[in-house]
Amino acid sequence: MRFITVSGPPSSGKTSVILKTLEAIRTETHRVGIVKFDCLSTYDDQLYMKAGFPVKVGLSGNLCPDHFFISNVEACIDWAYRKKLDFLISESAGLCNRCSPHIKEVLAVCVIDCLSGVNTPKKVGPMLKLADIVVITKGDIVSQAEREVFCFKVKQANPKAFITFVNGITGQGAFDLAVKLKGAPDVFNLEGKRLRFSMPAALCSYCLGETRIGEDYQTGNLKKMDFEDVV
Amino acid sequence: MKEYILSTALREIFREHNYAQDFFSSIGISDASVGLGIEAFLNTLDDSCLDDCGMEREQIVSHFILFMEKMAELKEKPDFTISEIAVVGGHDKSGNSENITLTMKPGEIISIVGPTGSGKSRLLADIECLAQGDTPTGRHVLLNGKAPAYDKRFSVEHKLVAQLSQNMNFIMDLTVGEFLAMHAESRMAPDIEYIVKTIAQCANELAGEKFTMKTAVTALSGGQSRALMIADTALLSRSPIVLIDEIENAGVDRKKALELLVKKEKIVLMATHDPILALMGNKRIVIRNGGMSKIIETGNVERENLELLQHMDARIVELRNRLRNGGKIDFNVGDFFELEKVR
Repeated sequence: MRFITVSGPPSSGKTSVILKTLEAIRTETHRVGIVKFDCLSTYDDQLYMKAGFPVKVGLSGNLCPDHFFISNVEACIDWAYRKKLDFLISESAGLCNRCSPHIKEVLAVCVIDCLSGVNTPKKVGPMLKLADIVVITKGDIVSQAEREVFCFKVKQANPKAFITFVNGITGQGAFDLAVKLKGAPDVFNLEGKRLRFSMPAALCSYCLGETRIGEDYQTGNLKKMDFEDVV
Repeated sequence: MKEYILSTALREIFREHNYAQDFFSSIGISDASVGLGIEAFLNTLDDSCLDDCGMEREQIVSHFILFMEKMAELKEKPDFTISEIAVVGGHDKSGNSENITLTMKPGEIISIVGPTGSGKSRLLADIECLAQGDTPTGRHVLLNGKAPAYDKRFSVEHKLVAQLSQNMNFIMDLTVGEFLAMHAESRMAPDIEYIVKTIAQCANELAGEKFTMKTAVTALSGGQSRALMIADTALLSRSPIVLIDEIENAGVDRKKALELLVKKEKIVLMATHDPILALMGNKRIVIRNGGMSKIIETGNVERENLELLQHMDARIVELRNRLRNGGKIDFNVGDFFELEKVR
């Protein structure tokens, strides 16, 4: 079974890109399923269901979405095997721009949109920098030159990635992406595999439910900003 | 490249390649200009600093080498020139064979006509992704008579098609000069100042209303934006094919725009129903039911008619300018157009 992790900032167009791309894959009698990870709520599962794809939703609630993802991903693979899927796509939002569900030896896709500003590729962390494929969306809304500049900035941030444009409305470019996804490595199980980069460190009193402000209430892994120069 | 990077002090690399520093600032390291090689430099940083970068040491090193290689690649000229692109027909929506091969050469203008929904965008999409019998139409696209290499097909560096869509929005908060410089940088243009000046000048010749280098791109009118994009594509883009969705008449000298692209040896593909634009093409391709149904070479009578249509078009522009300047159209328009009265 091919397993692909797709991530990207909220509203960058992940679901539309996945739907358009899967249309191109499905025509060849491949069985495809999706696991949608989100924080508080999601409606995307309805879109997938409407398109006829089996879908599971995972909501992390008040847990770190990345930690939630990685502690559930094996069960997703099991589910996909039971469903006899040929392709499993996991979709998750990189909510802090650093989160990256990317796993070594598992095809990793990052979706990012042109409208998010030309410096965004620099601001996004491992989710973009360590992805195998970067999909740029909403390119039809901006000029050819802006598309090119944006693409260049993505290339600077991740020179290794295959970069491609997909129009989530018309599906232009989804074919190219489908070709790439079909070449994803076969994944049997994830035991012993590694994340491409460590998750954000999260181990202070606020992680554990502290809500009060003040030095006395801060314990654990803390980092303070430097205001020395302001004296 | 790998040996050069591993054995050279970062300060030295930055001096020789002004874009190299960008790599480090993009991962959050602002002071990398040191007399150490990259590996030694990264060893001076503590682990928590690298955690913030979102990459491990080895990942940074391999990314940096790749980055430098890619940038160097961009500076090189494309490794081959296109002398001909051919679209070998597949089938239409009902499965009927197209039986047509459309060949296009640099400097040619090909217009695409057909009712809305007939499959014009599908044809443009097939060309864009260099279809090899694997898209819904079953068409094949050949470059210089051969199927393109697989790795060329899907790489952004080798994109053959620049697309000038009807949407010409700018979202960047920059002036025309800054914007063009940024684009020229991303193209690794050798003389940025010169190319920026040329593009702006050229765009101003195409646009009805003038703008300056200091105009914000977001403040350009529709016609000015289009003019700027056409000039930019002609002079800065490496893609040999330019796809255009209908150039509206408003604010752009369409004849000059096409001439500019043709002069730069572009293949211009233009979806249009405008008789003037359609006849400006060397040939036009008729799309019906998702298939290419006919190729029509622009005939001699059509060319003569084109001159007449252009003459009328120029007259319409004159009328428009008259209105713009507060004038009246209260004279004999029939005489103005040299027409017999039809009423």
